[in-house]
Amino acid sequence: MIWELIREVTLQLISGLDPETQRVVLITVLTLYMATMSTTVSSLIGIPLGAFIGMRKSQLFLLFRVFTHSLYGLPPVIAGLLVYMLLSRAGPLGPLGILFTPTSMIVAQCLLITPLITGISASAVDSLPKNIEDTARSLGANRIDLIKTMLYEARLGLFTAVMLGFGRAISEVGAVIIVGGNIKWHTQVLTTSIVLETQRGNFNYALTLGAILMLIALIISLVLTIAQKKKGSNLRSLLIKGGGKG
Amino acid sequence: MKVEVKGLSKRFEDRLALDDVGFQVPEGKITAIVGPSGSGKTTLLRIINMLDRPTKGKLVINGKDPAKNGHSQVLKKMVMVFQNPVMFNRSVIANVSYGLKVRRVDKTKVKDRSEKALERVGLGDRAGQYAPTLSAGESQRMAFARGLVLEPELMLLDEFTANLDPGNVALLEKLVMDYNKDSDSTIVLATHNLYQAKRLSHHCIFLFDGKLIEKGRTKKMFSSPKDPLTKKFLSGEIAW
Repeated sequence: MIWELIREVTLQLISGLDPETQRVVLITVLTLYMATMSTTVSSLIGIPLGAFIGMRKSQLFLLFRVFTHSLYGLPPVIAGLLVYMLLSRAGPLGPLGILFTPTSMIVAQCLLITPLITGISASAVDSLPKNIEDTARSLGANRIDLIKTMLYEARLGLFTAVMLGFGRAISEVGAVIIVGGNIKWHTQVLTTSIVLETQRGNFNYALTLGAILMLIALIISLVLTIAQKKKGSNLRSLLIKGGGKG
Repeated sequence: MKVEVKGLSKRFEDRLALDDVGFQVPEGKITAIVGPSGSGKTTLLRIINMLDRPTKGKLVINGKDPAKNGHSQVLKKMVMVFQNPVMFNRSVIANVSYGLKVRRVDKTKVKDRSEKALERVGLGDRAGQYAPTLSAGESQRMAFARGLVLEPELMLLDEFTANLDPGNVALLEKLVMDYNKDSDSTIVLATHNLYQAKRLSHHCIFLFDGKLIEKGRTKKMFSSPKDPLTKKFLSGEIAW
């Protein structure tokens, strides 16, 4: 429903352009929409879940983390196949009728990137000094304050998790091509379009789409680098000041 | 705040950190828990601060068992200053105001109280600095301000001047004594520094190998210890 609205607005805004340019713009907008939505949903699940796991030290949660880490390598085509079976007419969620829509692509993406965001979030929270939790509790933090504090303290790691999730979502092809069907003007995204155009021999077109994808990846990388540099300056000053400790 | 520990034991896997320890903390006074490293001082403070649960025995605060009567309100009236304080990754003033914020203190008062606390520990000009860049002495002073700002009824200090220079030690010790005098609050400090215990405390508890060996008024314990082990410790025959 949201996508239909965005699609209509985009098409109205670019109505003056030639059909091929319109198609490229629509593909780019859908790619960004799909990656943003799947990253948002996965972050809403993965960050609190990861923080919860990261704060627990028992064997059970350790096993859960191992399981989460093993899902990092889940082949996209397997994720796509699972979602396809779930959403196909004969599948348990078939009545929803969302197969071959951007929604089904978002579901498949979530299956792929939620473990990534969960695992990195858990590591980010787990790597905080143990005394942070004790300090916050000693200063009167209740359970909710404590979780908020831990998330805030691990914010750079969490940011990295989100950006990596976004990076995987935007560059993924196997799952979205299965559940989206790569339908022109409807479910084509940059990666699936590149596959299609390459098969057709339209290498220039494929390269243009590739360049757009790379540009988006570059912007993400730039944001990440700036954030890490900011952290780096803090570390530098910490090291300089730390030299005179005592 | 009335604090009493009854038959406390704490086991960490194969090690018994506390063995049937029981005493009452005199209200409104400074009590020093002394003993060599590994005698169970920190464990005891952590149990009083409810960061750890005892394996056996119980903690009684104001006549009630906080584990059964909801400990969140009790916890808000106490604070612990750790030996190696951890700075939150934010400014000095944000660190100091943390406890006030989680207590939902009015925003206008938070800034004012935090600034005053920083002034008291001589860090008034460091309010905006990124806390992890403070030196060890400054960090310890900031950690003390972070506790002081809450005006706790019970203050637990774990080796709060360890590794500090004499100037910083004197400053923090004076702040402890002033706070105790001005607010009538109860202070329990764990230290292996006998001179500090002698300087600051009214009452003293000697722990050795997780066991309570002797307790009493500091002056009396230092001048005429009853237990031979206490005598040895005070005379420096037992390594700190």
